[in-house]
Amino acid sequence: MSHAAAELKMTTAPAPRTRPNTGGRSSDALPAATLVQWLRDMMLIREFENRCAQAYQQAKIGGFCHLYTGQEAAAVGTIAATNPDDPIVTAYRDHGHALARGMDPGACMAEMFGKATGCAKGKGGSMHMFDKPHWLFGGHGIVGAQTALGTGLAFAARYEWEVLKRPLANPGVTGATPAKKKVCLTYLGDGALNQGVLHESMNLAGLWDIPVIYIVENNGYSMGTAIARGTTMAHDLTKKAEAYGMRGEIIDGFDVIDLYDAFKPLVDWCRENQKPAFVDLKTYRYLGHSMSDPQKYRTKDEVEQFKSKDSIDRMAHVLMNERKNKDSTPVLSEQAFTDLQTSIKEQVRHAMEFAENSPVPDASELHTDVYLNPMPNLSPTAEYRHGAKNPLL
Amino acid sequence: MPRTEAMIKQGLTLVDAINEALYQEMERDTRVVCLGEDVGLNGGVFRVTEGLQKVFGPERVIDTPLSESGIMGTSIGLAMAGMRPVPEIQFEGFLGPAFDQLVNHAARYRNRSRGSITVPMTVRVPWGGGIHAPELHSDSPEAIYAHTPGLKVVIPSTPYDAKGLLLSAIRDPDPVVFFEPKRVYRSHREQIPEEAYTIPIGEAKVVAEGTDVTIVSWGACVHTCNEALDHLPEDVSAELIDLRTISPLDAEAIVRSVEKTGRCVVVHEAPKTAGFGAEIATIVQERSFLHLKAPVQRVAGFDVMMPYYKLEGQYLPDAKRVEEAVMQCLAY
Repeated sequence: MSHAAAELKMTTAPAPRTRPNTGGRSSDALPAATLVQWLRDMMLIREFENRCAQAYQQAKIGGFCHLYTGQEAAAVGTIAATNPDDPIVTAYRDHGHALARGMDPGACMAEMFGKATGCAKGKGGSMHMFDKPHWLFGGHGIVGAQTALGTGLAFAARYEWEVLKRPLANPGVTGATPAKKKVCLTYLGDGALNQGVLHESMNLAGLWDIPVIYIVENNGYSMGTAIARGTTMAHDLTKKAEAYGMRGEIIDGFDVIDLYDAFKPLVDWCRENQKPAFVDLKTYRYLGHSMSDPQKYRTKDEVEQFKSKDSIDRMAHVLMNERKNKDSTPVLSEQAFTDLQTSIKEQVRHAMEFAENSPVPDASELHTDVYLNPMPNLSPTAEYRHGAKNPLL
Repeated sequence: MPRTEAMIKQGLTLVDAINEALYQEMERDTRVVCLGEDVGLNGGVFRVTEGLQKVFGPERVIDTPLSESGIMGTSIGLAMAGMRPVPEIQFEGFLGPAFDQLVNHAARYRNRSRGSITVPMTVRVPWGGGIHAPELHSDSPEAIYAHTPGLKVVIPSTPYDAKGLLLSAIRDPDPVVFFEPKRVYRSHREQIPEEAYTIPIGEAKVVAEGTDVTIVSWGACVHTCNEALDHLPEDVSAELIDLRTISPLDAEAIVRSVEKTGRCVVVHEAPKTAGFGAEIATIVQERSFLHLKAPVQRVAGFDVMMPYYKLEGQYLPDAKRVEEAVMQCLAY
């Protein structure tokens, strides 16, 4: 396939799938409140990211900022299929996963503001969302590096269940008793498909039956490079899974219910059989790779085409029109939807205020958390502090 | 592994001591696993993990594919989850493929997550030259890792220190790079306690006491320095310090000694420029300037790649070079 042809393939939004009403789908068993919660989670991420963009423009967020707008269904639908104590690890476009996992939006926003109340006390920033009580082991700034960490987390989970037969002593983590079968979700972008460490990790996972699911959030672009320009077999990424002896599935990430229905059985299968899997999760980001992206690699029409099948719009439509209560009223009324919008705006506004009003970390924080115990003669000590006077001078 | 007849009679080599430490710690703590290339069935390229897989099973002594980045990254994930992984990277040169995982992630997780997620991992790495191996199998890259906040760098030179320091490293709450001097693996035997014991990370050892000059070294070079001591004129009283750990560094031990002797010679295998000797020389001038009777001398590898074995002896500091540096220092 020529590059031009490959790009053409990418620039065509997949046709919306009609949802087959065959019954027996995982989501059928879920109460309406759960579906409404998914919609709420997606809307929360969307609103949160909008306010991030504003705060970034106002220079309140430092460093870099990679927004999740457009991909909301991916995090919400996959995390919904896990248990709260299944570990997850992700890349740098990580706000969505943190919020979907239950991180307090205030702690998330304060982290980006570099404030002491952030989830990493204002030390990590946008790319480093950590929430150990929610089993979120971080966002990651090096593309693909987290795939090996996820492999290790899953390995530990399996070791815990199979060898130790008891949970690992893990201060700060709740819900870990007794040892049970777990699955680790390891998210990566399509750009990470071309990092060596992913292939080493997949080989290890395939070799050792590690219960890790590598979820490629395939938004079609690794930074400014369309997938087929940088990745072999872009039209069928599951071939890569096949090469490492693991299940590979292509899942539509635009409809959160479809996504859940496709993903939940896979998670259950990986958990039960303690096996790895690989998912090519089709999604799309509406905004640039980061906040400074001229986006010469795609057309406005393409973005609009994807926006026309927006996962939040679709879910709202489903809940307000298709899903009905026993009395035939929609599970989400117009009024309830409006209330949802209002409460989310309010929640994110609070998060912004919290971040804004929180203190910056004390200067002494510079020297903490390098090692557990202060190490004499390493520079993060008073002795070597800038401006410390040499007693000989 | 339990001691053999030979070990009981003649003492333990560095290899034996490390093996004994691993055996005892794996027995004590089921969170400890060893993983690496050929560490299981084959007992490791230098046979350091010999016999462990038979005792603890393939689920705890794990043969990996040739995937340094995957080994390191998986170990980090294990440690983050609360295990105590001890990955082996076969040769120090093979840290290259794992560098991102070690330096960008293992070292930084505690800080990045502000203490909520930590990496209690001990990376065992056969290190240094002198066994007739080519470059990448004979290098001394310790300064690179000492320059990485968040990592600890331990380099024992004797069986006794190797056992005690390895046990400390595995129990340490932070990632430790444990460099094992290949040249010493089987060159010395020593009677060491059979029961488990620890040696604090970050404490230097005075190998020989003296009053005229301080020689600072670590790893296999400590033995080179010891040899040099025998060749010095009888009226020269040299103090020899084995750092044992270069990060954190026991600067107090160096300063204390230099303030007594007024002279300092640093000896290491790594290339001279930006080697860890430069850090020591700087600390000495920062803290003991007024006590110095001569400039600090460095005896080091040259600023070249580690040569193939026929020229190895030309590259590595030998007793003669150490002796010359000491005498120059004294004659200043």
